[in-house]
Formats: sequence, C-alpha cells, structure tokens
Amino acid sequence: MQHSTPTQPLTPRAGEQRLGSRLAAIAAGQEFPTEVHPELARETISLAIENFSLFYGEKQALFHIAMGVPQGKVTALIGPSGCGKSTLLRSVNRINDLLDIVRTEGDIKLNGTSIYAPEVDVIELRKRMGMVFQKPNPFPMSIYENVIYPLRIDGETNKRVLDEICERSLRGAALWDEVKDRLHESALSLSGGQQQRLCIARAIAAEPEVLLMDEPCSALDPIATQHIENLIDDLRGSYTILMVTHNMQQAARISDYVAFLYLGRLLEYGPTTTIFQNPHVPDTLDYVTGRFG
Amino acid sequence: MNPLAAQPQQTPPTLRTRGGAPAVLTARAEPILWLTGAALTACLAMIGLLLGLIAWNGWITFWPRPVMRVQTPDGARMGEVTRQERYRPVTEAETVTNRLVRRRLLRTGNYELSGTHFHWISDEEIVPDSETHPEWAIVVERLAWGRFYGTPTEFRVENRPVAAEPAAVWNAFERYHSEVRARWRARRALEKDDIGHVNAALERERLRLREIELRAGPQSAPYREAAAHYAEIEQNLQKEFQRIRAEIESLDRENARFTIVLTTAEGRAQTLPLADIVRAYPANRLSFRDRVRIYLARWVEFLTDEPREANSEGGVWPAIFGTVVMTLLMALVVAPFGVLAALYLREYARAGPMVSAVRIAINNLAGVPSIVFGVFGLGFFSYTVGARIDQLFYAAKLPNPTFGTGGVLWASMTLALLTLPVVIVATEEALAAVPSSMREGSYACGASKWQTIRRIVLPRAMPGVMTGMILAMARGAGEVAPLMLVGAVKLAPELPVDKSFPFIHLERSFMHLGFHIYDLGFQSQNSEASKPMVFTTTLLLIAIILLLNLAGVRIRQRLRQKFVGSVF
Repeated sequence: MQHSTPTQPLTPRAGEQRLGSRLAAIAAGQEFPTEVHPELARETISLAIENFSLFYGEKQALFHIAMGVPQGKVTALIGPSGCGKSTLLRSVNRINDLLDIVRTEGDIKLNGTSIYAPEVDVIELRKRMGMVFQKPNPFPMSIYENVIYPLRIDGETNKRVLDEICERSLRGAALWDEVKDRLHESALSLSGGQQQRLCIARAIAAEPEVLLMDEPCSALDPIATQHIENLIDDLRGSYTILMVTHNMQQAARISDYVAFLYLGRLLEYGPTTTIFQNPHVPDTLDYVTGRFG
Repeated sequence: MNPLAAQPQQTPPTLRTRGGAPAVLTARAEPILWLTGAALTACLAMIGLLLGLIAWNGWITFWPRPVMRVQTPDGARMGEVTRQERYRPVTEAETVTNRLVRRRLLRTGNYELSGTHFHWISDEEIVPDSETHPEWAIVVERLAWGRFYGTPTEFRVENRPVAAEPAAVWNAFERYHSEVRARWRARRALEKDDIGHVNAALERERLRLREIELRAGPQSAPYREAAAHYAEIEQNLQKEFQRIRAEIESLDRENARFTIVLTTAEGRAQTLPLADIVRAYPANRLSFRDRVRIYLARWVEFLTDEPREANSEGGVWPAIFGTVVMTLLMALVVAPFGVLAALYLREYARAGPMVSAVRIAINNLAGVPSIVFGVFGLGFFSYTVGARIDQLFYAAKLPNPTFGTGGVLWASMTLALLTLPVVIVATEEALAAVPSSMREGSYACGASKWQTIRRIVLPRAMPGVMTGMILAMARGAGEVAPLMLVGAVKLAPELPVDKSFPFIHLERSFMHLGFHIYDLGFQSQNSEASKPMVFTTTLLLIAIILLLNLAGVRIRQRLRQKFVGSVF
C-alpha cells in the first residue's frame, strides 16, 4: 500500500489549524483511499469486508469500506461518535437488517462465504458469529439458560451436551467460579460486569468463527472493565475478534490492529503500535492523542 | 436578604423579586396546585363516599336488631325498626303543617296474616307509653312467606302440647330444631341429587332412544328393540324414584310431628312447622355474643347457600360461583386472542395506514355500548353458532336448545369480545416496551423471529399482558347488560360445574352477582326487604372483583421479578 497524495490546502477554521487537514477535506466532500498498513498482508483474513457501503434511507452511513479482519486477532474499530463503527460492526451479522430502511452495497465474506448474497440464510449466518453489546443484555431467564440459549434455539436437548457447553463457555468467559453454585438463578441477579461476561459466554457458546463486540465495557465500572479486558486477552487466538471502542487506552492495551473510521470512511488501518505511535496519516495521530474527537 | 430586593430600582419592571406577586396568576404555582389538589380531593371524596355507603350498609344488613312492640289505633304492631325519617303530617284541619314528626318503618312480617311485610309507624299514632321490647319476642326466618314475629306460646309434638311457657317452649325449640333441620337437609339432598340423578339417567335413555328413532326411523327393528329396552329401564328408574319419594315422605312425616305456636302482637296464634324455620331467635334476650353468632351465621348462609324467597333471602352461592367461573372463562378466552392479535399488530404487520386504521377500530371497539355486544352474542353465538352445534351434536334433544340459547360459555365469549380491546392495547404497549437490546441479543444468537418472540419478547411482556388481563377482568366481572341477553338468569340452582357427567356444563345458564343486584333492586316484590341485600351483594361483588384483581397483581409481581428484574 502507498501513501496517499497530499491534500489540497484548505482555509483553516478556528481551532482546527493544528489538525491534519484530511478530516476537514473529507467533511468538505473529498474522498481518500484507505491507508492500509503492509503488515496486514501477512495475516490470514477471516472476515473480508469488500467495498461495503450502507445507507439509512437516503443518508449514506458507510462509504466503500474495504478491510480484512485477521484470524485469531483482536481488531479494534475507533473513531469519533457517529463515524459508523457500530454500523459497520452490526453489518457483519446483519443485525442492521432489522431496520426496514437499511440498504447495502458491496459484500462481506466470512471465511470465503458471502454474507450479503441473496441466497444466504441470515439465521444460519448469525449462528457462525457471536455478538456482545454495549449494555449487558442477559435474557430474562436463568444463568444456565442464558448461556445455552444459542443451542436451545437450535433444538439441542441433550442435557449432558448442554451442561458441558455451559461449563465450557462460562469458564471461557471467566465466570464459572463465580456462578457455578447458582446456575439456575436469574441472570438478572448478577452484577453489571458479571452480566457482560455472561453475554460473552453466551456469544461463545455456539463456537462462533467471529466475535463481534460493540463497546463491551462502556457501561461498566473500571474493575469490571479490567475483567473483560483480561477476558478478551484470553480469547485472543481462539477467536477472531472485531470490537468497537471509544476508549483509546483500551484499544492500545488489547487490540492487535486498529481501524480508524471518520464520517463513514475507513481512514487508516494497521497494527496497534504503529497506529498509536507512528501513524501514516497525521489526522490519525491527532485523534488517538486526543487533539481531536 | 435577597440582593435583588435590596435594589428595587435596578429591577426591570416586568420581573418581580422573590416573594412579590408576579404579573400573571398562572405564573404562580399555588392556584394550579390548589385546583389540581381540589379536583383530586373531590374525586377521592366521591369514591370514598360511595364505597363507604356500600360497605356500611352491606355490613349491617345481617346484624340482629331488637324487636319493638307498639300499640296504635289500628292495633298492636311488633317488628324490627329498619329505618326512620321525619315528615310533615297532613291532617283534615290543616293542609300544610310545619311540625316535623318522626315515623319509623317497622318490619312486621307475618305476611300470611297481614298481607304486608312492613308498616310505617308515626310517633303521633302510638298510644302513649305503649312502646315496649317484649322479652320473648321471637324473630323467625322461614323458607317461605318471609319473617314471622311473635311470642312462643306452645310447642307441640304430634299435636300434643309439650310446653306452654315461653321459656319452656323456647327450650323445646332449641332441642328439636337442629335435628329437624338435619332431616330437612337430608330430604333436600335426596330431592336434588338422587331424584336429579334418576331424572338425568331417564333423560339420557330417552335421548338415546330418540337418536335411534332419528337414525333408523320409528318403524325399524332397532328402534322397537330400543323402545322395549327403554320401557324396561324406565320401569326400573320409576321404582327407584318411588323408593326415594317414600324416603322423602318418611322424613317429612317425621318432621311434621314438630310444630311451634307463636302468638302475634294482635293476639292471633299461628302454628309453624319446625321444618319451615331456617333460623329463629329471641331478639330482645340476645347477648352481644349471641348477636355476633347470628350475624356470622347469616354471613355463612349468604355466602354458601342458595337463594330463597325470590332471591331476597338466603344465600348467593350460585351467583358467586357463576360470576367467578364466567370471569375466569372469559380471561381464558380473551388472553390468547388478545395476545396473538397484538403480536401480529406489533411484531409482524408493516406499519402503515392499514395498521393505524385497525388500531383506531380496536380502540373504538372499547367504546361500543356493552348491550350491543350482548345483542351480538345472542345473535351470533347463541342463535347461529349454538343452533348449528345443536343440529350437529344435540339433534335428539331438539326442539329444546342445548347450546342454542344463553349459557355461561356464550356469556364468557361475549365478554371476551367486549374486553378484547383492553387486552390488545395493553399487550401492544408491553411489547413495545421490550428493550430492543433484548431482541438484538436474541437475533445475534441466531434465533428466528418467532423464537425471539416466544422465548424473549413474550416472557418479558407478560407483566404488561397481566395488567391488561386485570383491567379486562375488572370490567368483565362488573358487566351486567350483555349478560342479561346471553345467559345470566334470576335463578339457576344448577351450577355450571357439578358432580354429574361431564362435570363441566358450559351450556347452562348461570347466576351472576351483577344481575342479582339488578334483580333484587328492581324486580323484587318485597323491595324493602331486599334493599339491604342489594348493598350486601354489591359489597360482595366489589370484594370478589378486588380478590380477582389482587390475584392478577400477585401474578404480575411474580412475572416481573422473574422476567424484568431490576436490570437497566
């Protein structure tokens, strides 16, 4: 990949003078090719996003996103509010489809199979991915039933299989020791951090190929956040993780790759250390160092 | 000190300092506070007054009151004071007087002698100093003819007097009455259950014969065979019937031996068979505990017994049972329909003018006068669906309708229709309130739409659905007008659920407390006597609705704890 062409000079606005001018140029309607770092070429790509655009009615929210999410790595999506991080994440398992007004172009491929091809069974597709949401959303049932929910809806009734998967998933989500004695109590009795780990256990119960996380710590206190971050660190390698985060330190701590989105465009995508210390696009540095956003 | 108040000169004229009167009234909180507060107080006062009136009048109905005896120019009167008022007497000399005189309504009973249950006694017509409370005045509640007031003068066994003094007569009465009542109850059970059983068996055989006749024709061999069989069975049942009758007669003969003679205030002696007496007590000799005992016994009778004397006496058990069965049946019918309809409207239908129109129509359905639902229920359920069912399954019984007339099933379905909008609206609101994070979580696990609805959305919406059910039951249990058309009747001693096969008789007409209140209040021949019963029955109906609602609230609380919790 190459460096992009320099931007045209623009009239600087108050307060933005120090900022890299590419963001202002995008806001003004200019397009830039994505800055993808060469390290990514060496990775095995699990989730390939190919020239993907998304519209809410007339309004375009994502512009020709092209990125490969490497297998077994943690990839973080960062960017200011409203830049389309969550939209992109929710496009991967087609949760956005629930809104009637959403229209897409391009495609996303999960280990080679198309997600947006017309013949795809969305329900089968979603079973190959797990998703963790911003707010913990345990279902109104017992802890046990929450974890095995993906199997229940698949019609699995073998008690031994269910017990086994429940234990494995809860261990995987570092929650087993805390809840093993009260598996049949309501999941709503857990604390916020525990609930989120329960949601992660639920997400990994069906052994998904990809784990999607939409700001999984934003509703949690620092200690619970610490737990989740440790957990994500443990899950690295076994799962391909794509997560959205608002927290730069978090992205720096736990992700292998970082993608910076701005106004629906993917600006820069590369290894975490490079993005945070020596990005190719000056605007990225502005953002990650907090001078903007 | 307020700094602004200290410098009035610098304050712009439109702004006032704190504590000063603002330019406009509505800018101040107090008048609106007073207005809203007063409105709430007025509402609460009216509701409290209504409930208080019902509760007080309902509670005191069964309290045994003392018996008063007075002498008037028309003769002596004895009875219980039921109420009193002040009036301006009109005499021949003066057409308008300004004197206010008290008059009291005396329940004097003895209808077979006097032709009336009540007498107004004005203070002016009482012979001076004639007002007494005779020690041995007895109040008798009977199976027929209303109450009897008199003093005991003789107790007879097989027409031989065994006691003549009031105290002795009363002792004899107390000794024999319970055993006579026990025999009377046994007799009634025989009449109702055993004879009812024989009749039901006979009817069953007759229907079987009639079916064969309809199928094979009256000249066919199978019919003749069946007819012979029927004649045999009929003879056997007839024998059984005779046996039961003989048993009843022997009980009657035994009971007829005991009679009590009471003398009225006017001195006429009346012989009363002990078997006809439900309860009797010397009203002026009662201690407080005796009164409480009689009061409670009357409540027990009211709650557990059948009505007698055109519903103005006795109990309302069949009406309680009918009300509860009908309300529960209605809830059973309305819940699935309402929830399914709301599910389609909220989860499946694409929002648009069509869905809006359906919603408006449903809301308007709630405003249709309930009698219209009654007419619809009668025309559609009874006369169309019911008549069809009769033709298909109960042809042998025709022309007597089985389902082709009002019954508890049709009444429940009519009320279900009436309360459907409430349930649909409440369920829709509950569904809309399920957080989208729940649905998304389920979809993200690979659940289909129906799996998400069944496993996540519906359980979560259940408390809201219960709210709808509570409102529906409150409305349904208190409704009377449509019931008059589709199955509620004045007297239906046969309950919709009983011991005879097939145990649940949904085609039967039933008694309903709401209709009972109407019947007591406006259809009774002895309206003075049934007036207190109106209050008591109303109190009971309110209590039952309250109980049903409390049950609903409890279920809702459980569901809420289970499915909603304290989460976000």
